[in-house]
Amino acid sequence: MGRESRLRIKTLAMVLAMVVCANVGDLLLKRGMATIGAVQFTASGLANALRLTATNPIIWLAIFFLMGFMICYMTVLSWADYSYVMPASAISYAGVTLLAVIFLHESVSPRRWCGVALICIGVMLVGQTKPRTTEAAAPQKAVA
Amino acid sequence: MATFVLLALFVCTTTGGEIAMTYGMKATGEPERLRPKQVLKFLGRAVSNGWFWVGIPLMASSFYLLLILLSWQPISFVIPASALSNVIGTLGAKYILKEEVDVARWAGVLLVCIGVALVSLDSIPVR
Repeated sequence: MGRESRLRIKTLAMVLAMVVCANVGDLLLKRGMATIGAVQFTASGLANALRLTATNPIIWLAIFFLMGFMICYMTVLSWADYSYVMPASAISYAGVTLLAVIFLHESVSPRRWCGVALICIGVMLVGQTKPRTTEAAAPQKAVA
Repeated sequence: MATFVLLALFVCTTTGGEIAMTYGMKATGEPERLRPKQVLKFLGRAVSNGWFWVGIPLMASSFYLLLILLSWQPISFVIPASALSNVIGTLGAKYILKEEVDVARWAGVLLVCIGVALVSLDSIPVR
């Protein structure tokens, strides 16, 4: 296997791990926020929202998954282009739609299928470009 | 109006944070192997990079802005609107990070943006 295809597989596997953690995290976050209700955009409203989110166990579970996402994200960005990782991670929208059809037996509108198709074509287009187009930077010691 | 100001702030903080993070991670250099020990070492090096600490507050702001937006508006509005950050992010990658964004990559990014908007208009079944 060539160096570039190995890099591509490694990158896409990491993006997949990222997407799974982010989806589970977001889902839990939405669920946690639903129990809190609309946030009032005033000093006391924001402080109150901050307190409620910090004491909500669902939000903490969400944060756990989002930390997993963060670690995958930081790692993949250490070798792959930002402009490669960002669009490739949009494959999650297609994944969520397929899961909704397979497991929740939801009906999906033609408009949404069009969206999924466009995302898949877009991700394939980005996916076949070189995962890394910049040179490896010299290790930065200044702030270490 | 407040929603659009918040949305603009969300896009700026997201893109700014991610670009700072990418810059920091590139400077950190990738882990030798994808084993827990090496990844932990990598994370240790990453958090001692200044750009990481530029990225984190921006990403944290973007996280809280998203929480507020989601509590104000349906997800079917918030997600398509935030898909715009893909375009802004790609511009940032090209001009700030000096990544080579060729025609295929641009086309991919635009298709993804339109696709995300179409998918989310039907409200994502995540409840």
